[in-house]
Amino acid sequence: MSETATRLSAFAGLTLPAVRNRLSVTVAPDAIRYSLRGSPAAAAALGAVFGPVPSTTACRATSAGDRAALWLGPDEWYLLAPDGDAAALAASLSAAIDEPHALVDISHRNVGLILKGPRAADVLNGACPLDLSETAFPVGMSTRTLYAKAEIILWRTGLDTFRVEFWRSFAGYIVGLIAENAREHAV
Amino acid sequence: MLLVTCPYCGPRPEIEFRQAGEAHIARPAITCSDDEWADFLYMRDNHKGYMRERWRHVAGCGRFFNVVRHTVTDKFVASYKVGEEKPAIPAEAAAGPRVEIVR
Repeated sequence: MSETATRLSAFAGLTLPAVRNRLSVTVAPDAIRYSLRGSPAAAAALGAVFGPVPSTTACRATSAGDRAALWLGPDEWYLLAPDGDAAALAASLSAAIDEPHALVDISHRNVGLILKGPRAADVLNGACPLDLSETAFPVGMSTRTLYAKAEIILWRTGLDTFRVEFWRSFAGYIVGLIAENAREHAV
Repeated sequence: MLLVTCPYCGPRPEIEFRQAGEAHIARPAITCSDDEWADFLYMRDNHKGYMRERWRHVAGCGRFFNVVRHTVTDKFVASYKVGEEKPAIPAEAAAGPRVEIVR
């Protein structure tokens, strides 16, 4: 019996929907994901080492290179970094913060999808109640919200590009609903 | 769709929120009587009209905050962070008759 655990994709066996020229759905590459809870001062101290300084403006993401920090609450941020040694990075980040904080590795709890195309906002709005117009939800905005009954983190990375992060056990539910909502844009 | 204003995130759809009961219920001292403790735990006002309520932006920033809401018309007139000064409650005449509950 093998002693190493095999990482299985949460999307194995699922068909990702696509509408030609209008919508493409791709799985975000494996990433390090942290949940950071602490004061804005703790977040600023982390930012000095991490790269992007977590925003203190509500519902805004900051990114630098391939790392990003998404505002989720006044004392809560969602950190994204390329896949690697999550424990080592967490230790180096925690060492930079003097204040009380919680930095929890949730790399394997969450998965991400990238929706791209002129119909991406419409397909998301099929089950997400937010106003996703360019003025109400500009590029760089991020928030926790709902996709039907599933909690998601929505981040607009480009005018027609959204990154959606959610618990891996919701993958089938969310992919199925995205496919259903994309059907009306296929005609 | 009803929009609820979160003091952190701004106006957001009601489906992201949960109501969490009457606001400003202060925990009594540990030396209080059983009656006072029961009152703190279980007894709540439930009148028709404007009430100060706790709400939670559960599918958003996750924070608790307070609102002034009319329990009949569902009109939200103010939302404020925990610890902030309480905003004034609008005149009852604008909201219709009020029924006082006598315990």
